[in-house]
Amino acid sequence: MPSRTVTVGSRTGLHARPAALFVAAAGSAPLPVKINVEGRKPVPANSMLSVLSLGAKCGTAVTISAEGDGADAVLDDLAALLARDLDADESASHG
Amino acid sequence: MAEPLRGIGVSPGFAAGPVCRAGTAPKLPAPHSVSDVEAELAGAAAALAAVAAELGRRADATRDATAAEILRAQVMMAEDPVLDEAVADAIRAGSDAPHAIDAAFAVHRQAFLEAGGYLAERVADLDDLRDRAVAVSSGAPMPGIPSPGYPFVLVATDLAPADTAGLDPEQVLALVTEAGGPTSHTAILARSLGIPAVVRCGGAAGLRDGMVVAVDGAAGAVRVGVDEATVADTRRREQERRARAAASTGPGRTADGWAVELLANVGSAADPVAGAEGVGLFRTELLYLDREKMPGHDEQVEAYAAVFDALGGRKVVVRTLDAGADKPLPFLDQAGEPNPALGVRGVRLARRDPALLDGQLAAIAAAAARTGATAWVMAPMIATPAEARDFVTRARAAGLASAGVMVEIPAAALRIRALLREVDFVSIGTNDLSQYAFAADRMCGDLAELLDPWQPALLDLIAACARAGRAAGKPVGICGEAAADPGLAPVFAGLGISSLSVPARAIPAVRDALAAHTKADCERLATAVLATEDPAAARAVAI
Repeated sequence: MPSRTVTVGSRTGLHARPAALFVAAAGSAPLPVKINVEGRKPVPANSMLSVLSLGAKCGTAVTISAEGDGADAVLDDLAALLARDLDADESASHG
Repeated sequence: MAEPLRGIGVSPGFAAGPVCRAGTAPKLPAPHSVSDVEAELAGAAAALAAVAAELGRRADATRDATAAEILRAQVMMAEDPVLDEAVADAIRAGSDAPHAIDAAFAVHRQAFLEAGGYLAERVADLDDLRDRAVAVSSGAPMPGIPSPGYPFVLVATDLAPADTAGLDPEQVLALVTEAGGPTSHTAILARSLGIPAVVRCGGAAGLRDGMVVAVDGAAGAVRVGVDEATVADTRRREQERRARAAASTGPGRTADGWAVELLANVGSAADPVAGAEGVGLFRTELLYLDREKMPGHDEQVEAYAAVFDALGGRKVVVRTLDAGADKPLPFLDQAGEPNPALGVRGVRLARRDPALLDGQLAAIAAAAARTGATAWVMAPMIATPAEARDFVTRARAAGLASAGVMVEIPAAALRIRALLREVDFVSIGTNDLSQYAFAADRMCGDLAELLDPWQPALLDLIAACARAGRAAGKPVGICGEAAADPGLAPVFAGLGISSLSVPARAIPAVRDALAAHTKADCERLATAVLATEDPAAARAVAI
């Protein structure tokens, strides 16, 4: 199954705003995406509760996977999102 | 008077009034056997949908952006497909809707608690969702905040974002919770609403509706059973405090008129600068983020000129591009750095690509010339006097009159006298200076206490810079988080720091803190703080 492993780029980890942005993006993907941290079983990436429960911090490696037509493109987009510091816009504008 | 109840003061201010406890969660009704599984499934789904809709309405209604974001995250939890499935599975296995909802939330609650830290503090959010959904699915009204019709002190085990977002500061005099922590929603939202708040106050469990209490949201104290005179006195103190904050305008001064410039940190012309004497840190990264190519000269000039215009002639200190580390840029190939915080970031980028820096300096100079602004420039990530000299030479060549550097690397602070010979001013970036002095990653929550701005080693580095600045007759400012700490402001003034640059909304508190001390007070505090051994002792002598 196509997968991508990427380290979480958001400074607060995959919590709060970064988690909301990621889950919303995964939920609007045309195919189901799973996410896991090493040693734990994959959970649906469109589930806010499951994604939060991963407890992924900034720098934690997470693996996303999906199967079907266009899976690679979906995973590339989501991997790029995870790698970005999604808190940056906010903290940059508020000091 | 009896000893006050103690908690953690998370939002300053004084309040006194009668206690009203937040509506307690409904008890789970006794389990009942389900005859119509389809109807039970529909009831559970409708309850979760009603909760999501209610929280969504509250998110739309609040003007507080932080609150809205938290509420929308809660809506996503109520609409969570995994939760939905777990509820449905439990009902198909014979459970009724309230018990199915309770069990489904319990799984995630346990996971949050086991994760600890941030997630453990989010348990209140989950419990709030569960209580609301259980109430609706068993035909009860959703629990919420009381509205007795008179101002009250709200007491709760903990408050959910849905509750705090709907709070009316006219009615809610103060918040007191048994649970929560300094980073809980209760704390964050109380601060953003300006309501005094005390969290993790174990004794609050004994508070009952109608008891009259006096709350000190800075000290974390709750006096119980106070008399009329204390209530009146507390209200007078709060009015005075608010009047002081509202009347707080003008430049930064100690009680006896010693000037400490109060400047704002901005990232673009959209950021507020009200009440500031100028901008002490204009971060230019926003213009470069998410770009495939470096922004062109004209585009840069426009962006800088917009900020200069907004300041109408007041000083603007522009920090040149501070990319790298946590702020990678697509058009700079920085792949493969094993330790980006110690890699080619900030002004070090100019080693590889001097045109990037020269281009930016030229654009800043052009924007300054066009708007007639007082534009100062400074470079991030300077380690040596030679690097400072190179930057100043480039800035002068671009036609910029005032050029300085950030002090973020301990090497720069240790050789501050030599550094000051090369530059017109320095600005201390306390966040990075802490990170590098303590070898503690800013992103690493487990090391947070090493990054406490009251750490004596950090204050020693700041003191050395301030001393050298006074000797050289050159400005030494602070533009990190520490500058926004009202407790540290008089300490910095006493050390001889000439300006504090903070988010504009933090200026009144810093201004007040300065105005409450004479220059001699500040110097005495600074000496006392530098003599302490750890942050707790430093705070104890200063606050």
